Amino acid sequence: MSVASEAKTGSRIRERRIDLGLRQADLAQSVGISASYLNLIEHNRRRIAGRLLGDIARSLDVEAALLMDGADREVLEQMQAAAVHAKSKAEIDRAEDLASRFPGWAELICEQTRRITNLEAKVQELSDRMSHDPALAASLHSVISSVTSIRSTASILTSDEKLDADWQNRFHKNIHDDAVRLAGNSESLIGYLEAPQETLIGNLPAQLVEEWVEGNYELIRGMETSSRAVDDVVGEAELDGAASLLLTQYLDEAMSDAAVMPMSEFAREAKKRDYHPGELAEVFETNLSAVFRRLSVLGPESGHPPMGLTVCDASGAILYQKIAPEFGLSRAGNACPQWPIFEALGQPGRPVEREVVLPTAPKTRFMCYALAEQTISVLNEPPIIKATMLAIPNPSEGAKPPLTVGPTCRICAATDCAARRELSVLTSA
Amino acid sequence: MGKRVLLIEDEPNIIEAISFILSRDGFTVHTHEDGETAMEKVRATPPDMIILDVMLPGRSGFDILRDLRADPITAGLPVLMLTARGQTKDRDLAERLGADHFMTKPFSNSEVRDHVRAVLEA
Repeated sequence: MSVASEAKTGSRIRERRIDLGLRQADLAQSVGISASYLNLIEHNRRRIAGRLLGDIARSLDVEAALLMDGADREVLEQMQAAAVHAKSKAEIDRAEDLASRFPGWAELICEQTRRITNLEAKVQELSDRMSHDPALAASLHSVISSVTSIRSTASILTSDEKLDADWQNRFHKNIHDDAVRLAGNSESLIGYLEAPQETLIGNLPAQLVEEWVEGNYELIRGMETSSRAVDDVVGEAELDGAASLLLTQYLDEAMSDAAVMPMSEFAREAKKRDYHPGELAEVFETNLSAVFRRLSVLGPESGHPPMGLTVCDASGAILYQKIAPEFGLSRAGNACPQWPIFEALGQPGRPVEREVVLPTAPKTRFMCYALAEQTISVLNEPPIIKATMLAIPNPSEGAKPPLTVGPTCRICAATDCAARRELSVLTSA
Repeated sequence: MGKRVLLIEDEPNIIEAISFILSRDGFTVHTHEDGETAMEKVRATPPDMIILDVMLPGRSGFDILRDLRADPITAGLPVLMLTARGQTKDRDLAERLGADHFMTKPFSNSEVRDHVRAVLEA
């Protein structure tokens, strides 16, 4: 827990108490501490521990997590996920205690869990590659065939039964041919497996592009008003093959969007129209997906809300994602199916507008706009569909209650969810 | 003439080695290398047993096995499947499709010979 977050926690307790019209002495008495100690806590001069925080939260009729800041919640969620992942008997309901009392150890648990998750993903990727890579499968098949042939032929040559000279010569030649073939295959197989590690088990190319984009918004905005060529920028980015191609596609699309929606004019209109994509699509006479993308790059530093963006294909695989506070879909194929982007996939061409809420405090709400479109169409071929979703945080209250969306089922606190695939450890904790 | 074994395999040196050991044991061995036309070969020269590789050009050994079991004339033919992939799912699929036995490369000559003897000399 950072010093800054503790400071906010104490101040939040004070604000909440005053809002409820409670006296400091009354609150202190209800949780069994002195008023002077509570005063120190409220002025952020004493660390607030997990159990006491829970007691105060109950007295203030608020969830403990709401009194903490985002970083604390993130640590708690990661610790809970770590316990689930390890199928551990750890006291999940006391994670808050641990994080408060031993923040360094809590960080270490989170860091090691992230490391384990990354390593497991890499092992899975390698395993998938072994199973599905046609070049590797063909190479291994050829090696095994050569070995089988050599074993079988050598066994004949070394058996006790006498062979005539013709057969003997033939089998010697076969062994020689197979040995030569085996040597060639082994060499190419070693070359293949010794390829630079990042091409075998590195990050997904899409994630490399996202990281690069995240750190280069200024540069990209500069490209919109300068004559810098996409190819030059991609060259300087020094990404590898697949990521480099994806970055080129991303920048080409971004420059096309910029040509239709110049930044200064677009930012002004977006603010004026309360970031409503439908209205902006009409103003700039362009399609919704382009507006989603353009809105997502508006900088929070200029007073725009921090918006998230997700692009996926028809299988739900995430092609691109711009993370925003509290927003982001799992890439592991176990994302919550309630996110509107998946609803849009089920009805290509029909935009979806849906308010969603996260199940855990501070129960952030997002207005999500999603649209699935056919990107390639070839006669008698299945359509290629791509869906784009924009998430704008904290919309004004809608008429209908928001739809609850979670992280993944295992660590989702939502109850009565029709889309639940498996039990959550949080609801039972 | 000995019992007829049809070896459907695309590696020439494996064909030669297996043909040799089975011929030496008194079996008549016919061979075929192409998956696409394997069923025609089976119908043209009906064997007493088939040794069938999984990875063949044209059509896989699994497809051929499925056709063999679907045809009343060949449905009862003993089939020994050979594959370079020893994965459980391949073995399961072979069993589900009706293979009598499954052998993973690299196998030993005696394994093949003993199995063929067990099937055809029983």
